[in-house]
Amino acid sequence: MNAISSNWVTVCSEDDLVCGSGVCALIETGGKPQQVALFRETAAGPVYALDNHDPIGNANVLSRGIIGSQGDKLVVASPLYKQHFDLQTGECLEDKTVKVPAWKTRIHEGQVQLKI
Amino acid sequence: MAKQRVVVVGNGMVGHRFIEYLLESPAAGQFEIITFSEESRLAYDRVHLSAYFTGSTAADLALTTREYYRDKGVNFVLNDKVISIDEPNKCVVTQSGRREPYDKLILATGSYPFVPPVPGKEKEHCLVYRTIDDLGRIKVSGSQSKVGVVIGGGLLGLEAANALKGMGLETHVIEFASRLMAVQLDDGGSKLLRRKIEALGVKVHTGKNTREIVEGTTCRYRLNFTDGSFLETDLVLFSAGIRPQDELALTCNLGVGTRGGFTINNNCKTSEQDIYAIGECAAWNNQCFGLVAPGYQMARVVVSQLTGGSEQFLGADMSTKLKLLGIDVASVGDSTARTQGARTYCYNDDFAEQYKCLVVSEDGKLLLGAVLVGDTEDFGNFQQMMLNKMALPANPQGMILPGIEGGKVGLGVDALPDTAQICSCHSVSKGSICSLVQSGTTSVAGIKAATKAGTGCGGCAVLLKQVVDAELTKLGVEVSNSICEHFAYTRRELADLIRVNRIRTFPEMLNAHGKGHGCDICKPAIGSILASFWNDYVLKPEHVGLQDTNDAFLGNLQKDGTYSVVPRIAGGEITPDKLIMLGQVAKAFNLYTKITGGQRVDLFGARIDQLPAIWKLLVEAGFETGHAYGKAVRTVKSCVGSTWCRYGVDDSVGFAIAIEERYKGLRSPHKLKFAVSGCTRECAEAQSKDVGVIATEHGWNLYVCGNGGMRPRHADLLASGLDRATLIKYVDRFLMFYCRTADRLQRTSVWLENMEGGLDYLKSVVVDDKLGLGAELEAGMAAVIATYQCEWLTTLENPEQLKRFRQFVNCPGKDQDLAYVVERGQRRPATAEERKIALVNLEE
Repeated sequence: MNAISSNWVTVCSEDDLVCGSGVCALIETGGKPQQVALFRETAAGPVYALDNHDPIGNANVLSRGIIGSQGDKLVVASPLYKQHFDLQTGECLEDKTVKVPAWKTRIHEGQVQLKI
Repeated sequence: MAKQRVVVVGNGMVGHRFIEYLLESPAAGQFEIITFSEESRLAYDRVHLSAYFTGSTAADLALTTREYYRDKGVNFVLNDKVISIDEPNKCVVTQSGRREPYDKLILATGSYPFVPPVPGKEKEHCLVYRTIDDLGRIKVSGSQSKVGVVIGGGLLGLEAANALKGMGLETHVIEFASRLMAVQLDDGGSKLLRRKIEALGVKVHTGKNTREIVEGTTCRYRLNFTDGSFLETDLVLFSAGIRPQDELALTCNLGVGTRGGFTINNNCKTSEQDIYAIGECAAWNNQCFGLVAPGYQMARVVVSQLTGGSEQFLGADMSTKLKLLGIDVASVGDSTARTQGARTYCYNDDFAEQYKCLVVSEDGKLLLGAVLVGDTEDFGNFQQMMLNKMALPANPQGMILPGIEGGKVGLGVDALPDTAQICSCHSVSKGSICSLVQSGTTSVAGIKAATKAGTGCGGCAVLLKQVVDAELTKLGVEVSNSICEHFAYTRRELADLIRVNRIRTFPEMLNAHGKGHGCDICKPAIGSILASFWNDYVLKPEHVGLQDTNDAFLGNLQKDGTYSVVPRIAGGEITPDKLIMLGQVAKAFNLYTKITGGQRVDLFGARIDQLPAIWKLLVEAGFETGHAYGKAVRTVKSCVGSTWCRYGVDDSVGFAIAIEERYKGLRSPHKLKFAVSGCTRECAEAQSKDVGVIATEHGWNLYVCGNGGMRPRHADLLASGLDRATLIKYVDRFLMFYCRTADRLQRTSVWLENMEGGLDYLKSVVVDDKLGLGAELEAGMAAVIATYQCEWLTTLENPEQLKRFRQFVNCPGKDQDLAYVVERGQRRPATAEERKIALVNLEE
């Protein structure tokens, strides 16, 4: 399921994304399974990828949060306790000491790819 | 010109504040500062010392850092106590023999805990509560003890008792006087405080004088009291008051007050040239002040004196507001009515556990003091009235009586003069706050940052907000009620826009009336309004991103990321077969099972990828979704009623089922709970529900806007003696009116409380149809009812939708981080500790 082309890793098909919301995909990094939350606001818009693990609620749920904006930042709100995470950097807006991993993404021939 | 050397003896809260004020002054460059402390740390927050027991570290409590002092050129010497003053040579001498010359000497030596001369007081586990090091010792001793005693039932003693209790010790408080907090509270307030403290498990012994501390038999020590009784304990904490640390006076003939403390005049100068004293070690008019606010004032006065100003110290208000063992306690001014001829108004409520007492002048015109226990919200107002000698209203008792119809009498912040000091810790006046608001600082946070107001003891927070809001209103600035940064409207306005303009989707709404991308506040709110009016399937592609996770996956998210499943059981009536079916489904998926308060069954621990399979079985067995996940009509609870009950007047179960079937799935500003009782014994508890129906001999009585839970409210009778059809008509109107006009997440109880005109107005709309909206509201409800669908049935029939119920979109599999343990025969999520073991087991 994961095909490597340079350091871009294919995660899923563009069709697997849900517009205006998030989905979760499973990849492998460093030999370990990694849950990735993928978000897309609009049909042709950019895709954002964060670690699916909510470090505050301590559960794998970020893909199920509501996405939106705070000021000029695009964010997802954790469905557990509603902290906001920057979709581009993974930074938690309520607590600067908390940050979840974020990946660069691109669409390549209808496939969603992450830069690992 | 050479810099003046300022030596500050003591680096406590006041000594440090003095340094800060001096650094902030325009003349700061003319001084060289050196400060001495006998402790190993620079200044820390002694007021919130007890936080050290609840997880705060010394660093959290620190008021400054070494780097900051170095940066500002402040010299400091720790662990070296100043032991004498060589006044003729203008030098101080420290324990280590260091001599430090001064031009100006500031004594900020604070106080020390008074330990009564009880034989045995020097034993190893007899401790005091003053410094961080003391707290360290208490922690160590506490870990080796089962029982702890605090000697002293004053303010600090009760803080100390909280610390002991927090460490899990059986805790006792011994007080010499006949009541707790004898200085601040009157009898009535003290009595209630004692009751509340005892309810927390702390044992209080008043009127006890400790004679000696000897070896114990069941515990480490035994306290023998002068009345012949005794108490065994492992740990003794002395908290019998503080005494000014003034022994330096002996080394250079400084004057001291009759009850100790370096004598100071209005300039905070001692009896000797160039020597000042500030804080708890200073005696002004023979009075020492054991609070930080007066100490800060003295610090400001000395800085003013040193830099050519003329500020003076003219006494201080000793009013206090604090939380002791979680109990709100406040005392204002002459709280114990010592003033000649003083009279009191008292209000005591043993049920709500509140006590309020006003002390007024003999002629009843001025407020002299007050005691508040259990509810201290009025502290700021009373303090201001007292300090500013404001005239009392005609019926002062109205200020302490609870909010009965007609409301509490208050003066409001508008009545305060501009000179009124709102924050006494940082001396911030109402006038200075108002002028900041006028010049554009319009948030409480901004005012706090600019003035430090509200950042000391925090006692003025309520008043501060009132002053800011009142000033904004005066300036004609509308206090923002916008739902969020994306829509400058209230929920009610959003609902009107959507309804009148027939808006069907969020993007339409955002383009027409909003900005940005939306967020987790406005998206679900608008999603809910769209559902209330148009009742589309909530998981349609254009709506799915608006839903909170509960609605998005039609289940209730639990702490570990799994969901709970609640099928509808209308009226709480269920056949044995269906009940068995529920059990079988729960068993098949190993779901934790619990009966809810709404007469249903909640099945916990369903993974996202299991939800469709679970619901397939449930739907096949004839169940429908229960909307437990939505801000929607949840349940209609019922008693068994006339069908079985000997006392039943009418068929409550039948009517409850009819009502639940009618309104099921209605999405609303918040969740809605109903109940129907078959007689006035009220076994269904209908009067604690949003809609409550009770059968009487004369027909059905309709109650509305009740609430249980966090903020209980008894429902109000909207109409009585109704037939079923009329009752349904009124409920239709009531619910639709609520959906249109309530704020986001506002329960019906709060909605009614905030409604102008209150219950009478609601009656005029729903019963008398004064607005002529009745037919329209009923039509709105009819449309929602006509478009009802079981969201799970629709979802199961839609393969595209079912794709969303996968853990991973790119492969099969489940969340591997879930871990469970079995308790009382069912599984539950493992705690963090248990997880470590459980995960190891999984890997094996």
